[in-house]
Amino acid sequence: MSLERDSETTFDEDSQPNDEVVPYSDDDTEDELDSQQPAIEAEQNQINRSTKESQEPLKKDCSWQVKANDRHFHEQPQFKRKIFLCFKKSKYAGNAIKTYKYNLVTFLPLNLFEQFKRAANSYFLVLLILQAIPQISTLSWYTTLVPLLLVLGITAVKDLVDDIVRHRMDNEVNNRACEVIREGRFKSTKWKDIKVGDIIRLKKNSFVPADILLLSSSEPNSLCYVETAELDGETNLKFKMALEITDRYLQEENAMADFNGLIECEEPNNRLDKFTGTLFWRNRSYALDADKILLRGCKIRNTDFCHGVVIFAGADTKIMKNSGKTKFKRTKIDSLMNYMVYTIFVVLILLSAGLAIGHTYWEQQIGNSSWYLYDAQDYSPPYRGFLNFWGYIIVLNTMVPISLYVSVEVIRLGQSYFINWDLQMYYPEKDTAAKARTTTLNEQLGQIHYIFSDKTGTLTQNIMTFKKCCINGQRYGDCRDAAGQLASHREQQVDFSWNMYADGKFLFYDHYLIEQIKSRKEPEIQEFFLLLAICHTVMVDVSNGQINYQAASPDEGALVTAARNFGYVFLSRTQNTITISEMGTERTYDVLAILDFNSDRKRMSVIVRESNGRIRLYCKGADTVIFERLQPRNLKREATEEALDVFASETLRTLCLCYRDISHDEFEAWNKKFMEASVATSNRDEALDKVYEEIEKDLILLGATAIEDKLQDGVPETISKLSKADIKIWVLTGDKKETAENIGFSCELLTDETTICYGEDISGLLQTRLENQRNRAGSTTHSSLRMNEPFFQGSRNRALIITGSWLNEILLEKKKKKKKKLKLKFPKTQEEKQKQNEKKRRAEAYKEQQQKNFVDLACECKAVICCRVTPKQKAMVVDLVKKYKKAITLAIGDGANDVNMIKTAHIGVGISGQEGMQAVMSSDYSFGQFRYLQRLLLVHGRWSYIRMCKFLRYFFYKNFAFTLVHIWYSFFNGFSAQTAYEDWFITLYNVLYSSLPVLLVGLFDQIGLDTSYWTFVNAFSVFGSIAIYFGVTFDLHSAGIHVLFPSTFQFTGTAPNALRQLYLWLTMALTIAVCLLPVVAQRFLSMTICPSESDRIQKNRKKYLAEEEQWQRRQSAFRRGVSARRSAYAFSHQRGYADLIASGRSIRKKRAPLDAVLGSTTGGTAAAETS
Amino acid sequence: MKNKKSSASQEAEACPSRCPDNSAFKQQKLPAWKPRLTTASVLSTFFLTGAFCLSVGVSLIVAANSVREIQVDYTDKCSNCSKLRENSSNWNSECLCSINFTLAEDMLGDVFMYYGLQNFYQNHRRYVLSRSDEQLLGRNVDVQNSYCAPFAAYQNGTPMAPCGAIANSLFNDTIDLFYNFDSSVIQVPLLRTGNSWWTDKHVKFRNPESHNLSAAFAGTARPPYWHKPVYLLDEEDESNNGYINEDFIIWMRVSAFATFKNLYRRISRKGQFTDGLPAGNYTFHISYNFPVTKFKGKKYVILSTMVWSGGSNPFLGIAYLVCGAAATLTGFIITAIHLKLRKKKTYFQRR
Repeated sequence: MSLERDSETTFDEDSQPNDEVVPYSDDDTEDELDSQQPAIEAEQNQINRSTKESQEPLKKDCSWQVKANDRHFHEQPQFKRKIFLCFKKSKYAGNAIKTYKYNLVTFLPLNLFEQFKRAANSYFLVLLILQAIPQISTLSWYTTLVPLLLVLGITAVKDLVDDIVRHRMDNEVNNRACEVIREGRFKSTKWKDIKVGDIIRLKKNSFVPADILLLSSSEPNSLCYVETAELDGETNLKFKMALEITDRYLQEENAMADFNGLIECEEPNNRLDKFTGTLFWRNRSYALDADKILLRGCKIRNTDFCHGVVIFAGADTKIMKNSGKTKFKRTKIDSLMNYMVYTIFVVLILLSAGLAIGHTYWEQQIGNSSWYLYDAQDYSPPYRGFLNFWGYIIVLNTMVPISLYVSVEVIRLGQSYFINWDLQMYYPEKDTAAKARTTTLNEQLGQIHYIFSDKTGTLTQNIMTFKKCCINGQRYGDCRDAAGQLASHREQQVDFSWNMYADGKFLFYDHYLIEQIKSRKEPEIQEFFLLLAICHTVMVDVSNGQINYQAASPDEGALVTAARNFGYVFLSRTQNTITISEMGTERTYDVLAILDFNSDRKRMSVIVRESNGRIRLYCKGADTVIFERLQPRNLKREATEEALDVFASETLRTLCLCYRDISHDEFEAWNKKFMEASVATSNRDEALDKVYEEIEKDLILLGATAIEDKLQDGVPETISKLSKADIKIWVLTGDKKETAENIGFSCELLTDETTICYGEDISGLLQTRLENQRNRAGSTTHSSLRMNEPFFQGSRNRALIITGSWLNEILLEKKKKKKKKLKLKFPKTQEEKQKQNEKKRRAEAYKEQQQKNFVDLACECKAVICCRVTPKQKAMVVDLVKKYKKAITLAIGDGANDVNMIKTAHIGVGISGQEGMQAVMSSDYSFGQFRYLQRLLLVHGRWSYIRMCKFLRYFFYKNFAFTLVHIWYSFFNGFSAQTAYEDWFITLYNVLYSSLPVLLVGLFDQIGLDTSYWTFVNAFSVFGSIAIYFGVTFDLHSAGIHVLFPSTFQFTGTAPNALRQLYLWLTMALTIAVCLLPVVAQRFLSMTICPSESDRIQKNRKKYLAEEEQWQRRQSAFRRGVSARRSAYAFSHQRGYADLIASGRSIRKKRAPLDAVLGSTTGGTAAAETS
Repeated sequence: MKNKKSSASQEAEACPSRCPDNSAFKQQKLPAWKPRLTTASVLSTFFLTGAFCLSVGVSLIVAANSVREIQVDYTDKCSNCSKLRENSSNWNSECLCSINFTLAEDMLGDVFMYYGLQNFYQNHRRYVLSRSDEQLLGRNVDVQNSYCAPFAAYQNGTPMAPCGAIANSLFNDTIDLFYNFDSSVIQVPLLRTGNSWWTDKHVKFRNPESHNLSAAFAGTARPPYWHKPVYLLDEEDESNNGYINEDFIIWMRVSAFATFKNLYRRISRKGQFTDGLPAGNYTFHISYNFPVTKFKGKKYVILSTMVWSGGSNPFLGIAYLVCGAAATLTGFIITAIHLKLRKKKTYFQRR
């Protein structure tokens, strides 16, 4: 059917995983099959089983029906789904998205419900109810109500603000405009009103609002370019093409309004790269595939407008299906806090029980005979004890910290603001400040063990720049003046103003090369740049007199742009010509053939005929493949290889350029074969590759280019700092192995001392380990001992580079699919089922062991790089580490392909300021540059963690100190649950008197003593709290308030009378001394006897700084002079636009006549028609 | 680092929209005092605290020792009375008891007379709650709604004034002091007013408004354990009668512990008692009404003088002494450890 290579075909049971291919994520569909199966079985009985089964697969595959321009069609009862009792809802989602939690009506009940799910809050509610019972009410109702209301109020306000932000964002997206056919005309409509089956028109540079089937566009053959940065993080353009039939008939508005095609396709799923369906129109059916679908989140580029019919809307779209479930993230401190609260509950109950027993005893001994305590209620002492149990539960409630959660949240919020305010995490170029989007995870930042980083856009800028080249054995690109002398001290840019086509953004420092080009002395140099201008599949787009290049990969773009700046400007191309401006003179070459890139060939060639009739093949490719095909005697080969080594050691992406003259006859002979191969019906690709191979030989080496895959600023430094902090960094990228490896070297994750292991290496290791474990499983005695022995001997520096396919292979993610499909077809008996289950369980255990082993192995490596992984796999890897290492993980990325992993990790970080916002939207923290991770983790994270710990200790201390007084006092008052403090003091102690100093320690403290960082704010809070205490106490003890509310404020005159006593002040002074002196002594002694690292640093700061500087200098010196050959070739993993160019489809001169298009048969992506 | 900072501040000047402020607060660079435990500060803290505590402790103990105090337990000394009171049916029969004692030395200055109770749990929650502050303010309130029960009202509905267990159990012994001087017996003049807090006397306790006191309390009845109604607590002094009777006020301020003393009278310094109580023989004449033996309690009468630090309790002084001694000792220990370690460290550094 389609000629596209199917990744699935590579997954035969025995075949080796393919390193080049990204395995698409299909586990979701497997789950679907799994979950649906029992339901189906239950439904069907033995008799009609056979008949139903025959229909089953077909039905399941294409149960999603969409009728264009027919809203009523989708409201038919068979498309309804039961939601609740008898309420039914259409299975077609609307296009409005909803991320908010509450609306006006539901806010109060839902929010209260959420809040009372917290143990402490509902505990206080129970307490409040207990207090309403007179027999056990030991404290006034307001002692718990006031704090509870305060806590609920603050939390509710915070939730409300959060939700308003979400509402606003939803509104912004939902109210975006888009043109939709309504009553036969295109009308501007809001996104949220788009329904399945609508026909919409999209303009250039607009986002696609839903998953739509492309019908037609302004471009020839209804081609449409899209940028999928939001979806997969790739910034290069992709093209989509409509069906021939829709392209032909659906260009006019009224034609579109009359369009009544029926689309049958698969149910919504999360596979970005798969789509199968059929269009039924005019009594014919047309097969649909992913090439005709524009996905929500894509951006229309280079296409004036396009039309499409909505297939999936809103929550059904692939991007939404892919976004995974938003999990509520909790920190370790959260669970610790919960644990402590529960412990306190238990302690509280035990204490109360003890005191209640005490009360029973006391009543028996003393209380019963105390006539003055007579209360006319003839309770027995045990019953009084029982009542007092509840009384003590109420009295000791301050032990359960009600304001704990709120205080913690306030502290986290404050810390988040500090993150937002940090100038050192502000990226001026993109005007983005750091943002803590989730405010509840700060202290977790200080506990990170593993960082999972995306590559493109995160470690690298995804900007390729032409840095250096080697022409005819001569290296260019260093900083030199026109005479060729090295001028290292002053960096002067080359002035490109002599070139009218220069783009003005290109930076180059080698004046000597420019002189050489201008003088035109060396033909090789001319040939070199001519090759760069000719041999590519870049598209050109002229707007406002400016030339813009559209390249399939950024590398190609960089090369063509470089050639353009050096005076060899690619101007335009048609199906079989290419026009170049060579140092000002325009020349047109006939393009005879484009031998496109693919991952096996690792090279591409162009065969052109010059105006003088000479036929020449230009080729560029990876050094390994090029050197194999060079002419035996190539004078400059050694010099070029040396240059490649140098480039590689600077971690530049290298590429070799060469050419070959072809005689007329040879070409004719070859062309014949080429034509035959290109119309071959089976194995066309292999046939073509073979033909290409024949002509790409005896090449003459021109030189090599070196492209810099620009790292973001400070990436190596950040990585080395983080690894000094014992944080392990894993790189997960969709990019190919070589590129990832190269980046690994350039950001110093990998060094020359590193031993690199690949998937095939570790697969064996894992296999043997697993077998050993299985064998040993019977004899359990020493199994646990040797289970954890390391995989690698010796302490050598190791790194693991593994591809997505190997991951699947090792982790047994695949393979079962076929079995499952079979299962559907065979009837099952009970016995078989059991067997199946048994098998399944064993396989599950096996899989788990394997996964655990893999994680253990990977964690032994210093660095891990996973390449060619899907978003799902990224998440899976993160999940594995989370699961088996119990470590805190952080995922950082910039594209939509990182969303899954960002959501899975304990902490997700998004790089903001990029085009796509998907990653940022689902992240917990976002900032502009990777290097800010260092500050986020090592400064904010550490501080937050330490502050939070101190805060918790302080908090529990003050609550316990407060509450224990009551227990102590019980021994003096007959365990009668009488409070030592007045009620209002109890009410306000936690919320007013003691909250601020504790809070501010949580907010401001910076490493050291208990409060080691006494700012005026701290001082203010402490003295302010004391002042508030006295102020409030005097007020509550004043005469006026007593006269107003005699029974609520009974302590009139107590404060002034008590505070007049010298005895009281002396006691206070003594208490302070007794509390502080032991701590000071202990701290000081521990500091002198065994000082910690930070103590030492604080003591002689200067010496430490000098040392640090020295260390850095040594580091940088060490970096130089590394020279080992690392071949990397500068192509992104995609094939170019060669097919497109050859078919003449995209040449944007005028619309190609239809028959010309129909005549060209080489289109690899041509719509396959089935009738 | 420096470069970064300066460039950041430059940007802040020409600040685009989203650039955070470069303020000390937002950048967490507030000027701060970072307390560091240096040898000098720690040692001086210890020695200064030690010196302070020792001196305060010494002066407290000296002061406490200068207090003259005499305490007479009259529970057992009036055993016939206490026996009588054990049977509640005898509540109406009067019982008088005299106790002689000798003052060996003069008690100079203000002399205070207390009654003390032991094992009387005024701090029991049920007891503490059982009062109506509104009623004591002289307001006409429905005491049935207060915590006064079961001492809120009689069965016929007459409310008790004052209500509640505290008021009901008012200490109702009367104690008079006589000085046996040259075989003549002189009653020591005692002040019954001016013993309570001003706020209690003038704010917290108010009699109901009426033309006379008995009218003000019309429609109420005395608490069951009382001998006389509230408006007869002090018939001689109108301003010490009813709710504002100071014996009553002082009793209503419940004690924090089960053993306590309440100020009962002050010696009026006139005549022979201008300088206080001279040495000699004295007699307490006690009208014994308050039963304590049932709950194994004890009653005392206490005469005491007062100094700047309060009464005769030496606890605080001892605590100060102990704390001061500990601080000084720790100071010496720290010095020793520090000196020893410093020598070692210099040795290491030289090596």
